[in-house]
Amino acid sequence: MNVNSNSYTYLFSVVMVVLVAVMLSVAALSLKPAQDANIELEKKQEILKSLGVDVSREEAGEAFDEYIKEQIVLKGGQPVASPEVAAFAISMADAVAKPSDEREVPLFIAERDGQTFYIIPVRGKGLWGPIWGYVSIASDGYTVTGATFGHKGETPGLGAEISTPVFTDQFPGKKLAENGQFQGIAVRKGDASGDHQVDGISGGTITSVGVENMLNDCLKPYIAYLLTRNAAEVPAQPATNDTLISSL
Amino acid sequence: MSQATQTEPKEALFSKKNVKLLSDPLNGSNPVTVQVLGICSSLAITVKLEPAIVMGVSVLVVTAFSNLITSMMRNFIPNRIRIIVQLVVVAALVIVVDQILKAYVYDVSKQLSVFVGLIITNCILMGRIEAFALANTPWKSFLDGIGNGAGYAAVLIIVAFFRELLGSGQLYGYQVVPESWYLHNGGWYSNNGMMLLPPMALIVLAVLIWVQRAKFRQLIED
Repeated sequence: MNVNSNSYTYLFSVVMVVLVAVMLSVAALSLKPAQDANIELEKKQEILKSLGVDVSREEAGEAFDEYIKEQIVLKGGQPVASPEVAAFAISMADAVAKPSDEREVPLFIAERDGQTFYIIPVRGKGLWGPIWGYVSIASDGYTVTGATFGHKGETPGLGAEISTPVFTDQFPGKKLAENGQFQGIAVRKGDASGDHQVDGISGGTITSVGVENMLNDCLKPYIAYLLTRNAAEVPAQPATNDTLISSL
Repeated sequence: MSQATQTEPKEALFSKKNVKLLSDPLNGSNPVTVQVLGICSSLAITVKLEPAIVMGVSVLVVTAFSNLITSMMRNFIPNRIRIIVQLVVVAALVIVVDQILKAYVYDVSKQLSVFVGLIITNCILMGRIEAFALANTPWKSFLDGIGNGAGYAAVLIIVAFFRELLGSGQLYGYQVVPESWYLHNGGWYSNNGMMLLPPMALIVLAVLIWVQRAKFRQLIED
């Protein structure tokens, strides 16, 4: 047998390619359920983390069912009655590519220690790639109670710091509305003060600006909805919600 | 493995020559510090120990098995398409490793991200297949693959040790520099942010090469 003849070379490559293709397909298909489960659990874990519930990825599935009471889909600030894609399965990457009022975006409503929280997914651009996160909002509809951020490939030690507590711990207590109108959170260089500003990451300016744009872009339609929802559902909180009342 | 014993029935599995195949790449013919192969990935994923270890093990598995498989096929591979065949073997193994990492060590696979895929382009793999596996028996090639993979992993781990310690004050994710030392806690210490950036990996690696050559003078070229 001449291993260097043309016909043998063709035969060899065909057999090799078919064998390898079969092997890889089997590997990919048999491992896919485990991989998808990981991705889903990670998403649940991140959502819970913004709520202040720290669980391992293994426990995330159960804890998610325990805390998250309702998942709805919003479009242009209004709930969608029968969405095409379930709230949890919505891809934020696809959603943020559309103009703000055409997006179908999910809202997770959680209950923890008898309090209602709204959890909003956000997604935007960092320096090197996408950044994303979850912001949880108190029952008043505009006070931030927690935030988590993730990133695809920001610089370690610089932009990547957005996912560390040093950065995210600044968010609880910040407000997303003023006099019943949406007001975003600005990421400042070192002189952050008040309810609408946080300190950026030194050396990670572009990532910090990315966080600011992401929050403003993604949160705005939600806040309008949350304020009206809150006014409709919980009218009996005049003491804490005078700004809201006055705007109505 | 059985093939190796058939063709050379008198040589023991771990004869002196075979052990040398394992131990040489750890020092005298280290693929990274002596042959200067695979530098690219050793700069990229040595910020922390954990991904460095997983990357080292992944490369070790891929070098060992790509050497083994290629060596088993070496008498059947048409010479004109041998590079393509090698690439297919390596690529298939890398994809399998990537899929397994994604399924079972998801966090680490996220950190390694594109670099697992880039194992394919790691010169160590093609170098060992071309230079060794095509001309040697499967068992020897397998040992050679393990040796070279381990040599690569060792360098990665040493570089990552210093980068994580000096850059983040941690080892394997655990804080080792006492919190009270830090400036923001009123201490005197601050992590060296430079250590987190790729250029410092090059410098740490260069220092490693320097130390190695100072110790083993026969490695110094004229």
